[in-house]
Amino acid sequence: MEAVTVIPSALGVRQPGWADGSGVARFLRHSGAIAAVELDKLLRDPTEILTRAIQPSLWLIVFGEVFTRTRAIPTGSLSYLDFMAPGVLAQSVLFTAIFYGIAVIWERDLGIVHKLLVSPASRESLVFGKALAAGLRALTQAVFIVLLALILGVHVRHSAGSLGGVALVVMLGGALFSTFSFVIACLVKTRERFMGIGQVLTMPLFFASNAIYPLSMMPAWLARVARFNPLTYLVSALRSLMLAGGPASSSIATDVGVLASVFVLLLLMGARLYPGIAR
Amino acid sequence: MSNNDAPAAVRTVALTRRFGDLVAVAAMDVVVRSGSIFGLLGPNGAGKSTTIKMLTTLLPPSAGTAMVAGHDIRREAAAVRRRIGYVPQLVSADGTLTGIENLLLSARLYDIPRAECRARIDEAIAFMGLTQAARSPVRTYSGGMVRRLELAQAMLHRPAVLFLDEPTIGLDPIARHAVWERLRASRRQFAMTVVITTHDMEEADELCDELAIMHGGRIAAHGSPAALKQSVAPNATLDDVFARVAGASLDDGGSYRDTLRTRRTATRLG
Repeated sequence: MEAVTVIPSALGVRQPGWADGSGVARFLRHSGAIAAVELDKLLRDPTEILTRAIQPSLWLIVFGEVFTRTRAIPTGSLSYLDFMAPGVLAQSVLFTAIFYGIAVIWERDLGIVHKLLVSPASRESLVFGKALAAGLRALTQAVFIVLLALILGVHVRHSAGSLGGVALVVMLGGALFSTFSFVIACLVKTRERFMGIGQVLTMPLFFASNAIYPLSMMPAWLARVARFNPLTYLVSALRSLMLAGGPASSSIATDVGVLASVFVLLLLMGARLYPGIAR
Repeated sequence: MSNNDAPAAVRTVALTRRFGDLVAVAAMDVVVRSGSIFGLLGPNGAGKSTTIKMLTTLLPPSAGTAMVAGHDIRREAAAVRRRIGYVPQLVSADGTLTGIENLLLSARLYDIPRAECRARIDEAIAFMGLTQAARSPVRTYSGGMVRRLELAQAMLHRPAVLFLDEPTIGLDPIARHAVWERLRASRRQFAMTVVITTHDMEEADELCDELAIMHGGRIAAHGSPAALKQSVAPNATLDDVFARVAGASLDDGGSYRDTLRTRRTATRLG
């Protein structure tokens, strides 16, 4: 004879001791759980952090040094290297985050997406968790690039406030572009199409921005396009925060406002499209 | 002994799903008694997985609805999700994480209080016979261990109804029996209702209290395995039942996509 223990909670009564908390606390707890898993994976295999550092190093060391000498790009009182360092940081955030959506396609080929979507966590909290992880991932890049910039003699502001601001803006940028990538992944659903679109998007986003040359140098039509490019606002915010007297193309409040609004919009779109990937 | 007075754990009402012109599930009416192990049996492409996806709120119905654990899947999807567990056919445990880390993620997503978390996870690991491997990455697990871990994840929050899509696909006979045995034990211990899909007659016969045989999106026959077989002939098998009600063999059917998914799961678990 086997002892039968019947746990009443399974019969339909709500379980006592559920950690419910307020909506916001619950949202953050779910997002935190997703972000923690993503970060664990990153730290377990940090080769990605190192390989991702190669490209921005080349931009700063090769491209930056050469163009600083040629003085072909007017950057006012700043050296070209000072001017481009925040641009390279923003570029690195973009390039790291824009392929982030491939993970959701992997998770779809496994059954992980199904497991997450059947849980009581809201879709928004799941997408936000992934964005948070991408933001922290971008931050690892930022640490490396800021250190390299200091070594190369870029006049980086040292105050805790400005460095903290850079960290927050980098995270916001990483969250924004990774969620953009997530939305694309949910729409195209296959790896091949996703990689194609990712390749097609990165270069226009990069060149139609103020990352390596000022808006004032662009033909009028391109400058107008750049005004609709979130990367322009990310670069502008990083320039204001990183450099003393940095030639920002808009105020920091405008930059952060635009970045945050675009992120929230993409987050809501992502949450809406996410269930479609499990069908 | 059957208990017809038991409340329904699942009740579908003209549940329908169309994909373009294809009717994957056609006006399905079925009742799953609370505490039973209920099997949806049929070949690939019969509409089993589509039914499970609707009942677990992953896929909205085109028409009709269902009550799952007392909540409407269309109007109260969030409440349904709190009361159910689900193990998809595809491998859903994360191979790069350890068994414990996988369970920890489930515990957090299901709002299991921090104070209870550790005890619940330890209990689940012991119950599924995974104590030795709990701290190893899941990619080092055998197929049977992965499935048992996924069961542990899906049951950690003590769901009222547990949905399993082809739970033993790709497993060898010993691993299959171990999964069945754990399922029976969990059902007894937690008074849980289990709904599985399968195209495996032995699984349907041995594990399920009640079966609905699906064919072309419809329920072609419904009853206990013994009663279904008896209705055809004294020594009939479930395949005979299926041939009688559907005019085809269980091995037939299934699209390229179904086959691809089945083989992929089998490869990952095998």
